[in-house]
Amino acid sequence: MKSNSAFALAGLGLAMLATPILAQNVSAGPISASKAWTRQTAPNQSVGGGFLTIRNAGKTDDRLLTASTPLAAEVQIHSMSMDKGIMKMRQIKEGITIPAGKSVELKPGGLHIMFIDLKKPFKLGDKIPVTLKFQRAGAVKVNFDVQSISSTSAMEGHHGGH
Amino acid sequence: MADTDQDIASNIAAVRKLLWLVAGVAALLGAILFLGLEKNGVEKQAPATAALPFGGTFELTRSDGSVLTDKSLAGRPYAIFFGFTRCPDVCPTTLARLALLRKKLGADGDKFDIVFVSVDPERDRPQDIGAYAEMFGTPIIAATGTDAQLAQIRKGFGVYMKKVPLDPAQPDGDYTIDHTAGIFLMDAKGRLSSIIDHHEAEETALDKLRMLVG
Repeated sequence: MKSNSAFALAGLGLAMLATPILAQNVSAGPISASKAWTRQTAPNQSVGGGFLTIRNAGKTDDRLLTASTPLAAEVQIHSMSMDKGIMKMRQIKEGITIPAGKSVELKPGGLHIMFIDLKKPFKLGDKIPVTLKFQRAGAVKVNFDVQSISSTSAMEGHHGGH
Repeated sequence: MADTDQDIASNIAAVRKLLWLVAGVAALLGAILFLGLEKNGVEKQAPATAALPFGGTFELTRSDGSVLTDKSLAGRPYAIFFGFTRCPDVCPTTLARLALLRKKLGADGDKFDIVFVSVDPERDRPQDIGAYAEMFGTPIIAATGTDAQLAQIRKGFGVYMKKVPLDPAQPDGDYTIDHTAGIFLMDAKGRLSSIIDHHEAEETALDKLRMLVG
């Protein structure tokens, strides 16, 4: 029963993505992703940071293992911290735990995903299709809204600067 | 045994004396501790107020290929920030912040330059950082230099930088750069006016910029 409803939800998530609409919330089983956004990039800028909120409505912890997109050679999961005024960024190879019943926010100043070696610049208003792989929930597809380079948070489906 | 009224009274007096003594000792300890902390606080602040020659001389290449030096920047205050374009978070956030602060200053916003120095010349060509800086919608002087030139300006500003492999198992693979994320505010004579910290409140940052251009 449980796995059936998980498949149904995953199917719904995929169906939502299949149509070019503002798919702000996508889910697979108890895992849902929202507020996914990234910044526009300069012509020769080869990387971009991606941010989103992941919610685990289930009773078991899950783990974001990897992410991928056809628009970048690689997507990594990173942490960012400030240590005595020095910015430090690190790859998190073991992934990010999404505790049962909790949300994890990937946002500027903390956790983020990093798109590496972009196939083409991210343009304002574009959507970047990303597949997130979870240990339990499996694949979750989410579109990242490309926002202004000056953005510091998700614009809830509306792009543009200040 | 303290059966009589007299015994009880003398016992109460003794307890009172003891309490006064305890209170007195506590007050004394408190005073010593307070004075000690005050003294330490003053001592800790002292080195920070000592004026050190800051910034020094430097020479870099601007995004348009021209030369940028401490002398070419002299005459106008400037806010200088060190970063790299492959930095997905702090660098765009800081430059966007500076652009926003400049906007909020109104007419005063035009009275200082914003300088972005890429400490990653291996991957950031001058023209690339120009295109990057242009996206923030406000004039930004973008520059970089040779390793030696960058070493000199980093020394002048006390900017920490360390290349770190993204995958420790591949030391020669892709790397990130740990670096100082503060914004240095330099006055028209090239002297350090203030530093805007990454976590500082916007009003404080605005006050520092007003002081810089005032």
